[in-house]
Amino acid sequence: MTTTDHMSNEETVPPGTGDVVLEVRDLSVTFPSDDGPLPAVREVSYVLRRGEALGIVGESGSGKSVTSMAIMGLLPKNARVEGSAKVLGQEIVGLKDAQISKVRGNKIAMIFQDPLTSLNPVYTVGYQIAEAVLAHRKVGKKAAMARALELLELVGIPNPEQRLKQYPHELSGGMRQRVVIAVAMANEPDVIIADEPTTALDVTVQAQVLEALEAARKETGAALVLITHDLGVVAGHVDRIGVMYGGRMVEMGPVEEVFYRPRMPYALGLLGSLPRLDEDRSERLTPIMGTPPSLLALPRGCAFAPRCPMARSVCHEEEPRLLATDENGERVRVPVEDTDAHTAACHFSEELENAQPTDLFKGTAVDADTVEAVDEEERQAEEALAEVGGSSDTADGSGREAILTVRDLVKHFPIRSKGLLKRRIGEVQAVSGISLDLYEHETLALVGESGCGKSTTARLMLQLIKQTSGEIGYKGQALHSMSPRQMRPLRRDLQLVFQDPFASLDPRMTVSDIIAEPMRIHGERNGGAKKRVRELLELVGLNSEHGSRYPHEFSGGQRQRIGIARALALNPKVLILDEPVSALDVSIQAGVINLLEDLQDDLGLSYLFVSHDLSVVKHIADRVAVMYLGKIVETGTTDQLFSAPAHPYTQALISAIPLPDPVKERTRERIVVTGDVPSPANPPSGCRFRTRCPKFADELSENERVKCVEEPPELLDRGTGHQDACHYSRAVELF
Amino acid sequence: MLVYTVRRVLGSIPILILASVLTFVLIDVSGDPLTELRMQQPPPDPSVIQLQEERLYLDRSMPERYWLWVTGIGGNGDIGLLQGEFGPSTQSNSYDIGANIAERLGVTLRLVGAAMVFALGLAILAGVVSAMRQYSKLDYTLTFIGFLALAMPVFWFAGIMQQAGVAFNDLVGDQVLATIGDGVYQAQGEDLWGRITNAFAYMTLPTIVLMLTSFASWSRYQRTSMLEVLNSDYVRLARAKGLPNRVVIRRHALRTALIPLTTVVAVGIAGIIDGAVLTERVFQWRGLGEFFITAVEKNDSYALMAWLLLSGVMVILANLIADLLYGVLDPRIRYE
Amino acid sequence: MSEKRAPAAPPSADAESVGGVERTQLQMILSRFLRHRAAMISLVVLVAIIAAAFLGPFVWRWDHTVHLEIPPSVPPGADHPLGTTTAGHDVLGQLMRGAQQTLKVAFTVSIMGTVVGSLWGATAGYYGGRVDSLMMRVVDVFMIVPLLVMVAAIAGNARAGTTWYAVALIIGFFSWAQIARVVRGVVLSLREQEFVEAARAAGASPSWIIVRHLLPNAAGPIIVAATLLIAVAILLEAGMSFLQFGIQPPDISLGQMIGDARTAASTRPWLFYPPGVLLVVICLTINFIGDGLRDALDPRQSMVRR
Repeated sequence: MTTTDHMSNEETVPPGTGDVVLEVRDLSVTFPSDDGPLPAVREVSYVLRRGEALGIVGESGSGKSVTSMAIMGLLPKNARVEGSAKVLGQEIVGLKDAQISKVRGNKIAMIFQDPLTSLNPVYTVGYQIAEAVLAHRKVGKKAAMARALELLELVGIPNPEQRLKQYPHELSGGMRQRVVIAVAMANEPDVIIADEPTTALDVTVQAQVLEALEAARKETGAALVLITHDLGVVAGHVDRIGVMYGGRMVEMGPVEEVFYRPRMPYALGLLGSLPRLDEDRSERLTPIMGTPPSLLALPRGCAFAPRCPMARSVCHEEEPRLLATDENGERVRVPVEDTDAHTAACHFSEELENAQPTDLFKGTAVDADTVEAVDEEERQAEEALAEVGGSSDTADGSGREAILTVRDLVKHFPIRSKGLLKRRIGEVQAVSGISLDLYEHETLALVGESGCGKSTTARLMLQLIKQTSGEIGYKGQALHSMSPRQMRPLRRDLQLVFQDPFASLDPRMTVSDIIAEPMRIHGERNGGAKKRVRELLELVGLNSEHGSRYPHEFSGGQRQRIGIARALALNPKVLILDEPVSALDVSIQAGVINLLEDLQDDLGLSYLFVSHDLSVVKHIADRVAVMYLGKIVETGTTDQLFSAPAHPYTQALISAIPLPDPVKERTRERIVVTGDVPSPANPPSGCRFRTRCPKFADELSENERVKCVEEPPELLDRGTGHQDACHYSRAVELF
Repeated sequence: MLVYTVRRVLGSIPILILASVLTFVLIDVSGDPLTELRMQQPPPDPSVIQLQEERLYLDRSMPERYWLWVTGIGGNGDIGLLQGEFGPSTQSNSYDIGANIAERLGVTLRLVGAAMVFALGLAILAGVVSAMRQYSKLDYTLTFIGFLALAMPVFWFAGIMQQAGVAFNDLVGDQVLATIGDGVYQAQGEDLWGRITNAFAYMTLPTIVLMLTSFASWSRYQRTSMLEVLNSDYVRLARAKGLPNRVVIRRHALRTALIPLTTVVAVGIAGIIDGAVLTERVFQWRGLGEFFITAVEKNDSYALMAWLLLSGVMVILANLIADLLYGVLDPRIRYE
Repeated sequence: MSEKRAPAAPPSADAESVGGVERTQLQMILSRFLRHRAAMISLVVLVAIIAAAFLGPFVWRWDHTVHLEIPPSVPPGADHPLGTTTAGHDVLGQLMRGAQQTLKVAFTVSIMGTVVGSLWGATAGYYGGRVDSLMMRVVDVFMIVPLLVMVAAIAGNARAGTTWYAVALIIGFFSWAQIARVVRGVVLSLREQEFVEAARAAGASPSWIIVRHLLPNAAGPIIVAATLLIAVAILLEAGMSFLQFGIQPPDISLGQMIGDARTAASTRPWLFYPPGVLLVVICLTINFIGDGLRDALDPRQSMVRR
């Protein structure tokens, strides 16, 4: 088993000493727009010392990315940038192209979010790295290529000589991001800005890329600005943290301070709304009400005031400044250079001492429109429920019957030739023989990384695509052999909720029409549908008056609620939830999770919850099945699986998830997998995980390995109370 | 790459066959090659008509005739594409369609080639400048010119250019620009310098006319494609590396933005052929355009078929070249 | 590919609902179109031209035919604002009739091409696979033929191009391919949208999905393509008539007028310039309207800024 010790950089100069490499003062960015100027960033100031790592956290639209683009001078020409940013004392805001080109990539480098689009498709990887070297160093092409090779080795790319000559499309996402990191460190910059460097990647790959980033820092001694929406990622990798909201920095301080003693209700709310791997399921999430403010219509006072449970009249009138609190509870100004200080932009930050998220935020599912009338809404929702006639709890536990069963399900997608004939030239084995049981009133989670076949499984279960072979039964009826016509009445009972709240609602239909569509399809009268739409809107916590609006007028979280209302329209028994919260910001996500939990309790629904996010799964699921390359590798109750995972893949998956807790995150034991997921068109023989398996690589003897290569392991109960598919499984406690 | 090339070549064959069937049927159904003869006053002897019908193979059914036209099996040796014969002409018994086309092809290709080269060069330039100065006065001007050019009937613009040429000659006081004729005859026996001045005199105006539409649509396309690339992540990364702006534009933006243009140019060939027919008509060139117009006027079916086949082959060839070029320019295609 | 989706990063600033003002889709499209100044001016000009072409002949003394009372080759003046031809036509009368015929051909072609092209493209896109592959090969064939040459060949060969509808039919037969391509592309991408899958999951039939989801969402691109096809058809008809394979005398079209006046551009410019200017103005306005529609229906693709 490979374990690496904590990833924070011990050689790092402790904060408070050392010289300043990046100094940002009162940086503001305004974009012109059709509806008036859009202040994306307002008066952001911070300093970064040599070798230090600063995390900047915020949700979409908080201005965290725009800030760094402004520093790099990479914003479009129409953006107005004010204030100052100095690299090693040199002002770089407003520099001419020729001058800033000498700084960019040399003293300050940047890593972008999407590795799939960050590299030019028409040049080789080696060329693109060498180009960065040649831009700042007077060396020959040969020397630049040699440096490129050295860099590829540093970021941990196997077979670097070969990779140099390859084009970006021949590399996986994780590899490409490492190439981008290599480009960033090419000239040993003093500052590296990483903008959501792992957001587009799977967790196991994320761990590898973060490791490459650490290696890059160690090698170059660069200071790091790590921009992310993921509190877990920053917890283990930075010394200090800044929280942005509505274009402003609202809290800043050493990482432990901010995580353990937040001084701004927003930070506290964020922490409370996060489902955590290291906490029990019983704890209800505490979402922040409402949605982030529109930058075009910022409130007059504190931008967070409309969502803040502590807000008083002064909050709505005066925008608080970023100040520290001294021993006497007085809010005082501290210089930006004081990197030990913990500052917050809240008029009442002293009141937050020792506060818990639950003290402030209510564990509720009600949404923005109705913040003022929470109790009223809840009462209405209950009434609506009574009318809907949702069955209350059925008895848990013993003697339950599986409502939806899957046996030996296989789905192969043909790969066809490009020509006229579309010959079949191969197949992608998306799902390779899986069996599942979904019981009444339970949540079964199907987890795995992208391409593992979990979404395909979900669609097969609904018969949206036809299986290659295998059986699907619903209450004893064989779905797999039904015609679309026979299937139609059963669709009332089985409904689907999608990942993308933007793509899943027809933009040309009103919300009422969208929610009523399933009823119309099943031939229900218009009048009844109208009434039902109002009930459903209330049920999911939306204002029932808003039915005549169009989807684009709603925020992501609200749209997801509309999608849920549509799924509930026909009183289904089973909901298949395909990554229902992964496109949402954390503060919004919690509200939707709570809503789903409430609906299950109230309506007695069964959920198949498809997700890549183990933290969410741990919070919501009763049982979990882990998928890898079309097969289930481990399944058990949530408790069993998380407390004693047996399959090496599950172990790696769990340990790759960053915890939003700086101390735990730095001290935990890690099981690291290498490489990328193989192509499902050509899966490895025997155990499909063996190519990345740490156990296979480090623990097993030659003889033991033969079995992994030759014999596909079966899903068996090995006396640990749950099933796994590994020849040499051994449960490990990770917490 | 070889596999890719072979596949592309093979892939274009069915399109060519389909296109030839379609045009053959349409030309055959739409007109009667002997219209003129039958309309003659006094009416010609039925035996004369019958003789002509036999000579033109009109006594056979349409599918038979198509087969004959392609293979020449069962014909009199004057028909069959596979034997290099295009079929008998209505214009006269001795009129050789193939030889006539070959003679005129050079004249027309000269015009088409020149127009394409200039249109492409100027379009790339205008597109890049427009994209880099998006929403500037220059961009607006180029955009308006583009719209105007796309709304301009080629033959009318050609007439205006003729007037302009005359006016220019009057101004200079010399016959610098020829407004009529293709200059092939005049170039005979000239030395190199003479040929160059001759080409300049005769080709300037027609080339300007023919390139206008293509220039307009290609420059619009190049602008869009360039803007898209300029906003891409990899151009941002190239800037973040510290490459100066002009290097970023040349090496990263322009290089990739050119790739999709190859396809657009290839598809545009059909439009250029259309334009060439009209341009040649106005400037009275003895090129393929004139051949075509005569063929239509004389209901010369086989000549028309030969002409349409040739233009089809040209367009398909252009598309093939574009496809292969695409493969060379874009490594994602190359390794497919 | 990646199943995770990063929260949208600024500076798109997210189309977060500001709430308050409730506007329907149609109102938004309309207001965006109204803000497109070039398109609005074009619309006014085009409507004026259409009105003049179709209503003018009722008001104006002379039609497009030869009259003995008309003196030949008179330059523009009080009696004949745009002059007369050598044969004794009134040019204004000819111009109105010519514009009328040109517009009739163009609109017919556009309707024909749009109907055929949409059906063809939607079928190919919806079924996909081999059906799509075969149907698109046919489209390829229509895309590679030089349109003008083809229609001129057929009309000229047929000697049937005397009437405007025969010309329209021939042009229409060859100009649906571009529309088919556009519609297929839209349908292919719409088919994969989650809202279509949602409808299927609710038990919707294919016809329900096509009528309720695919067509309304594809309407925008179809309208734009249909508009631009009008301009294409106008230029095609003009080219055909110029080669004298289009609408035949005694009827008249704008292209034919230019063809007749080709050699007289310097001696009798009043015969050569008016029909050309009119053609350019009609095409220009239609292209601007098309651009305005594109802007209104799909703000990301606009060429001219408001």
